[in-house]
Amino acid sequence: MLHACKPEEESFWEYLDPSEELSGGGASVHDASPLAFSKSIDGLTGDDALLFFVGNSFFNQNWVTAPASTTARDGLGPFFNSRSCSGCHFKDGRGRAPEYSGEVSSGLLIRLSTPGMGPHGEPLPHPAYGGQLHDQAIVGVPAEGDFSISYSTVSGQYDDGTSYSLREPNYQLNFTGYGGAGGVMFSPRVANQMIGLGLLEALSESTILERADAGDADGDGVSGRPNYVWNSLTQTTQLGRFGWKANQPNLLLQAAGAFLGDMGITSFVNPSENCTSPQNDCQNAPNGGQPEIEDDDLRKVELYCRTLAVPVRRNHNAPEVLKGKELFFSIGCESCHRSKMVTGNHPDVSALSGQTIFPYTDMLLHDMGEGLADNRPDFLADGNEWRTPPLWGIGLFQTVNGHTNYMHDGRARNLEEAILWHGGEAENSVNKFKALSSAQRNDIITFLNSL
Amino acid sequence: MFNPFTIRLMLLATLPIMFLAGCKKDNDTDPLADKKARYISNYADIVLAGYEDSYTTAVALKTAIDSFVAAPSQTLFDDAKQAWLDAREPYGQTEAFRFAGGPIDDEDGPEGALNAWPLDENYVDYVNGAPTSGIINDPTSHPNITAAYLETLNEVGGETNISIGYHAIEFLLWGQDMSSSSAGMRPYTDYVTGGGGTAANQDRRARYLQACAELLVQHLEEMVNTWEAGGAYRTSFLALENDVALANILTGIGTLSSSELSGERMFTALDNQNQEDEHSCFSDNTDRDIVTNAQGIYNVIQGTYTRTNSAVVSGYSLIDLVNETNTTLGSELDVLSESVITKVNAIGNPFDQAIIAETAGGNGPIMQAIRELQDQGDKITEAATELGLTVSTELPE
Repeated sequence: MLHACKPEEESFWEYLDPSEELSGGGASVHDASPLAFSKSIDGLTGDDALLFFVGNSFFNQNWVTAPASTTARDGLGPFFNSRSCSGCHFKDGRGRAPEYSGEVSSGLLIRLSTPGMGPHGEPLPHPAYGGQLHDQAIVGVPAEGDFSISYSTVSGQYDDGTSYSLREPNYQLNFTGYGGAGGVMFSPRVANQMIGLGLLEALSESTILERADAGDADGDGVSGRPNYVWNSLTQTTQLGRFGWKANQPNLLLQAAGAFLGDMGITSFVNPSENCTSPQNDCQNAPNGGQPEIEDDDLRKVELYCRTLAVPVRRNHNAPEVLKGKELFFSIGCESCHRSKMVTGNHPDVSALSGQTIFPYTDMLLHDMGEGLADNRPDFLADGNEWRTPPLWGIGLFQTVNGHTNYMHDGRARNLEEAILWHGGEAENSVNKFKALSSAQRNDIITFLNSL
Repeated sequence: MFNPFTIRLMLLATLPIMFLAGCKKDNDTDPLADKKARYISNYADIVLAGYEDSYTTAVALKTAIDSFVAAPSQTLFDDAKQAWLDAREPYGQTEAFRFAGGPIDDEDGPEGALNAWPLDENYVDYVNGAPTSGIINDPTSHPNITAAYLETLNEVGGETNISIGYHAIEFLLWGQDMSSSSAGMRPYTDYVTGGGGTAANQDRRARYLQACAELLVQHLEEMVNTWEAGGAYRTSFLALENDVALANILTGIGTLSSSELSGERMFTALDNQNQEDEHSCFSDNTDRDIVTNAQGIYNVIQGTYTRTNSAVVSGYSLIDLVNETNTTLGSELDVLSESVITKVNAIGNPFDQAIIAETAGGNGPIMQAIRELQDQGDKITEAATELGLTVSTELPE
């Protein structure tokens, strides 16, 4: 039922979808506290409710150098970026780029590769430094190097004359551990929030492909391409879903990839340590068993990643929120930030199946323009393309993580800057945004903060 | 200068009203407003007393460590260990204030520097099979071991790298626990300088131990300062709307009860069946960690805290508040909170033996305590609903 004081002439009321309060359908949680991203979905059956805690423990707690008294948690490194998942995904939330040169990063890492692709279309790791710059290593092994960021200012103006300024990151990579790094390409990536991932995993391929329009056949200026990536476990090519370039097909591989790449923890998915052939210290370092995380513990982390709930909307029916939503649709943001989908059948967690969800992503790759480009391909994603990130929970980043930095490298300091950084296929929408009045722009921000 | 407490205040001020189920209840029209305020104020007194006791016992620990380091002997070593065990008693109870949106556990909070776990042992000192590992044994890379220096090292690898805190001190006092039947057996001679000492770099080990104690005192002093009368967080906490403050309090104890303690600390260890997958693994003091955490929840429910000097801080309780509208529920909460204390005290000691004597999902004493803690968490959620709040206490960070 609509609000009693509904003014009949106001079109924005048409944008009221009462079911949208539950962004994650039945997998939503009523929480807007600093722990809003850390709650499990209701409806976990059998042992899953308790096993979630085990996954949580392995997500939160540090890994330590082998050999240690805590043998279930040793085997850190030899190279790593963080000692725990939560080191970057603090409170299951979002990492942040260093604000100034020399600030320790908590949640931004640098992917590396060389031109060309591997046998399955994957990026080619650098022969000496591998696929990721590791700025940490265990005692006795030199780290691969480090990086620093400085920011330069980019200025612009709205149509109404209001000026704005953005900050553009410039990276200085220092490869100190294992010789030069000629020809290396790099891509900074901020750790993403963990909510609703099981729902996105439960989307059927056909649902995602409904919006794919690689050649822009409908001529709206927006394409949308699926990424297809290699699943090393099944030895097949599959639709990519997770990561900034949709380069992982499911949460098991995403989690196992992060364990190895970010913490140096081997698993049944990735049984070999992350050492290249010139890195002898790395190869000779002690390990924490083979594999370092036991199979069932990795499965519990997978369960954990799958079942973190999505916080419900705040003020989803407030007039200014609905006005902002109407504008969000009318200037074309919804073309990529797809508002509504229904999940398919999740094979392992029935509570994730058949849910009407409001993730505000189409799960597809889009050309985001030169300004955001990393110029580094990742399977089918080219150097300009990024997967549309979900927007659910975006209004809670400040509460959970104490910052409002957005985009793949955290360059945007708030939602307004995030919108303004959009280019490429989103350029039309950004131009329409710039043409709005200040009040209308605020309505869009208010809408986004309600997500 | 960047002041984390100021930032935190701003954060709290801009938080949306989140826990209220329906309309916002105005204090003027809420018949329970005065009673809620009394409970909230009593809670703040209990928090302060808990941190004061943690601080005092940390100072005593530092004193004992300084005495031991000045003239290492078995007696003074044992005294220092006892001081560590004593310091854990009040601190364990303060964990009921974590998960309550307060200053202990947020992004800038000192919790990670105080109590993070597990400890990266060979990042700190020698371990079995690696006699020269650790910061202590690497004077070239780490020439000067000071509190300030260790704090910077603790930031390497994210804010959770653990080279300081209670468990670092525990490791430096007890050493690795390689035995299934006893705690760690580090000899006091690891600190004997000038000949006759065991392990290398005894003087550096001593400095490391002292620096950790110094940091512990500093970080707990921060918590006392922010919670005392006129302190930054106490002021903002007491200025919160009643229902927001209440929801924070109940989220804190509910989350510890049904998730962090029962799920993460107890069930995970039981499920893993890994002897040292326990918090105080060097000293085999995990059974006390569990009891004191549970006691902390009890304190907040009952509105009372017995200080380390036996003085009692007591006032209007959660049970009193719930009894205002639902005496059945108040009584159920009362009974459960007592029963939890009985159940956690029935868990065998040491915990690393208790977990291998029991199976996950069975009906042993650990599982019984886990279920009771989870029931208590559910009851706390019911109490919140009774008070017109919706809190989510099911799961930890």
